[in-house]
Amino acid sequence: MRNYKNVIAAYSIMIFLIILVGIFQSWSIALTILNYCLISAVMTIGANIQWGYAGLINFGIMGYTALGGLAVVLVSVEPVKKAWQVGGLNILACIWIIVAIIFVVKFILNRFDKSKLRNYSVASVILGGIILLRITAAPGIEAIESVDPAKTGFLGGMGLPVLFSWIVGALLAGSLAFVIGKIALGLRADYLAIATLLIAEIIVSIIKHEEWLARGVKNVIGLKRPAPYEINLQTSEWFINLVAKFNSSKLNLINSISDKQEALNQMVIDASSVYVKLCFTGLFLTVVIILLIVTQKALYSPWGRKMRAIRDNEEAASAMGKNIVKEHLLIFILGSAIVGLAGAMMVTNDGLFTPGSYRPMRYTFVIWVMVIVGGTGNNFGAILGGFVVWFLWVEAAPIALFLINLFTSHLPETNAVRVHLIESAPYFRFLVIGIGLLLIMRYRPQGIIPEKIIKQ
Amino acid sequence: MDFLNAIIVLFNFTVIPALAYGSQLALGAIFVTLIYAVLRFANFATGDMMSFGTMFAVILTYYFQSLGFGLGVLPTALLTIPFAILMMILYMLIIDKFVFSYYRIKKSPPVQFAMVSVGVMFVTQALIRIIIGPSDRRFLDGEKFIIKATEFKEMTGLAEGITLKSTQAITIIVTLIVVSIMFWFLNRTKTGTSMRAYSDNEDLALLSGIDPKRVVLITWVIAGILATIGGVLYGLDKSYRPFVYFNNMLPIFAAAIVGGIGNPFGAFLGGYVIAFAEIFVTYAYKRFISYLLPEHLEPDSLLQLLSTDYKFAVSFSILVIVLLIRPSGIFKGKVI
Repeated sequence: MRNYKNVIAAYSIMIFLIILVGIFQSWSIALTILNYCLISAVMTIGANIQWGYAGLINFGIMGYTALGGLAVVLVSVEPVKKAWQVGGLNILACIWIIVAIIFVVKFILNRFDKSKLRNYSVASVILGGIILLRITAAPGIEAIESVDPAKTGFLGGMGLPVLFSWIVGALLAGSLAFVIGKIALGLRADYLAIATLLIAEIIVSIIKHEEWLARGVKNVIGLKRPAPYEINLQTSEWFINLVAKFNSSKLNLINSISDKQEALNQMVIDASSVYVKLCFTGLFLTVVIILLIVTQKALYSPWGRKMRAIRDNEEAASAMGKNIVKEHLLIFILGSAIVGLAGAMMVTNDGLFTPGSYRPMRYTFVIWVMVIVGGTGNNFGAILGGFVVWFLWVEAAPIALFLINLFTSHLPETNAVRVHLIESAPYFRFLVIGIGLLLIMRYRPQGIIPEKIIKQ
Repeated sequence: MDFLNAIIVLFNFTVIPALAYGSQLALGAIFVTLIYAVLRFANFATGDMMSFGTMFAVILTYYFQSLGFGLGVLPTALLTIPFAILMMILYMLIIDKFVFSYYRIKKSPPVQFAMVSVGVMFVTQALIRIIIGPSDRRFLDGEKFIIKATEFKEMTGLAEGITLKSTQAITIIVTLIVVSIMFWFLNRTKTGTSMRAYSDNEDLALLSGIDPKRVVLITWVIAGILATIGGVLYGLDKSYRPFVYFNNMLPIFAAAIVGGIGNPFGAFLGGYVIAFAEIFVTYAYKRFISYLLPEHLEPDSLLQLLSTDYKFAVSFSILVIVLLIRPSGIFKGKVI
């Protein structure tokens, strides 16, 4: 039990900090931070499986997150029937063409020996295929995008419940990881990092610019929610009674009836947003706990030991008859699928899909900092890293503003340095994260909660 | 005549911009490759270091303009480059002293270096945004064009014109000068040879009496020069915006790997390969073709292989293909 002492201490401090935010700022903000912490925790579990268990460096987290978000749109949005009528056929034809290209390329690769002629024929098949695709797709895409462009202009989704999209997001990200893993996993560590970073960038640029798919940079708003809507809550009887019951002592202090009603209305509005966020918190917490149990079981199973053996000494593991290529691919797929799940959760939480917001800074590097800071190879550490770094990322600006005001309080309000510093307060988050990462890498490279090897 | 017009269209819209963009990428790619060859890690702070150097050039340009200094037809920024380089080298050496040297002495694996450089990237980005802010800044002054399209048309009597921006000419000329001096330094001087020896085999270099500290110092000095000049040229040609510089890191990496990482000459050519590929694949050939074909065959569509939105995606795809077919790069860098 003593081993768990620092884990419990670290988590208690984190919870305490979030409660402090609730007291000093507002409970709504605190819950928003908590929800994002939980989503980040799912991402770090995914990244930790790849980096901590197997030592694979994947800088493509942004791509899988975006793909998970895309899944929410493709699954939960109602289909746009008119768009399917005008352009659906072309898009379906394109899918068949892509399948055909893949089969032809595979056939050529399998059938003929390695030669210059084979390379050229593969290249010409792909080039011809792209031209064919563009010719087939162009009229369809144009027709789809002109269907009520202000509101739809895309094919829509399948109209299924949104929770289902979390699974689809994981599956999509996993299958993409299969393709990327096949291509890139043979590369040396830092090349793998660069290759995955660039491939993720390609994926995001496709999602951004193919407007028939998910409206691209025009964003999809008003996505379905697995939780009740604030408006419905504010008008439902039971909820108002519940709020009145909770705040009865406060309400009893107010004498006039109209004032009382007004105060109650305000409370209901506040409480409804808190209630919705609590619903999300419950959902996310369930996912995190399930993932934690599964990954923890996996880590201490024979499979987990095998993965660590491969990580620590590839040659030795290979000599013992472990198939390194296969295991690397498997873990690459598993980790990416979890990241895809997190991406779907995040879009569900926001209720909108904004491809323009996927940037490597926020969705790749910050997640990596979380894993490194929390503790590589330890799931509790990775989750804690998600909490700590996300908390710093959000709260760095208010804290910086407070400190700037404190240290420049002797200067007049209009002092140029003071004004400039106050304006640049939001950017202190980069500084805090960067210095935090550098300090951890230098003085505690194993992370806040280091990896624990149980000798059996 | 039509044939000449076609060539001029192609030249004006693809070759000149690609040469300028390629030069900017090439400088960055040599920076990446030098750090990789001598210090042995992939520097994820590349884009932000270039941005950091450029920031000083921008601030000094504003300062010089307020004092009334200038170079007449040439942009004032050229005057500020030496000062910006000094500041950049100073920053790099401080970073090296407090961050990278520790891991170098410990002989950490390259992955750890890469993660540390991510930390440096965060810090650099924060400093830039705190000092100058994230907004878009233009700091070009002096003459904007060397040849204008209308003047060219009048001169030659052709239907199409060539526009040559002064920034494009400056970019290409400055790049050629800097790169030739650098290659002369690397290949002909004793210090350059010792750098290459250190890069090839560290232990042997140490045995033959090469001072590693000096090699590292000189690498950072050259890196500072390349990063600042590359950044300033890009900023002059387009505009200075910290976020864009961070994004430029990606095609720069692509150029360095395509050219064979660790091989400066490969990186130099890789920059142009990436730039030309990006522009040739996303250029709409309609106007070019319509000069060559008879009138009734004129094409309806734009004849564009991929839309310009996929500019970056093209270079990244090239990188992936090169990694698949020839992981050591087109011009044989270090074997992976």
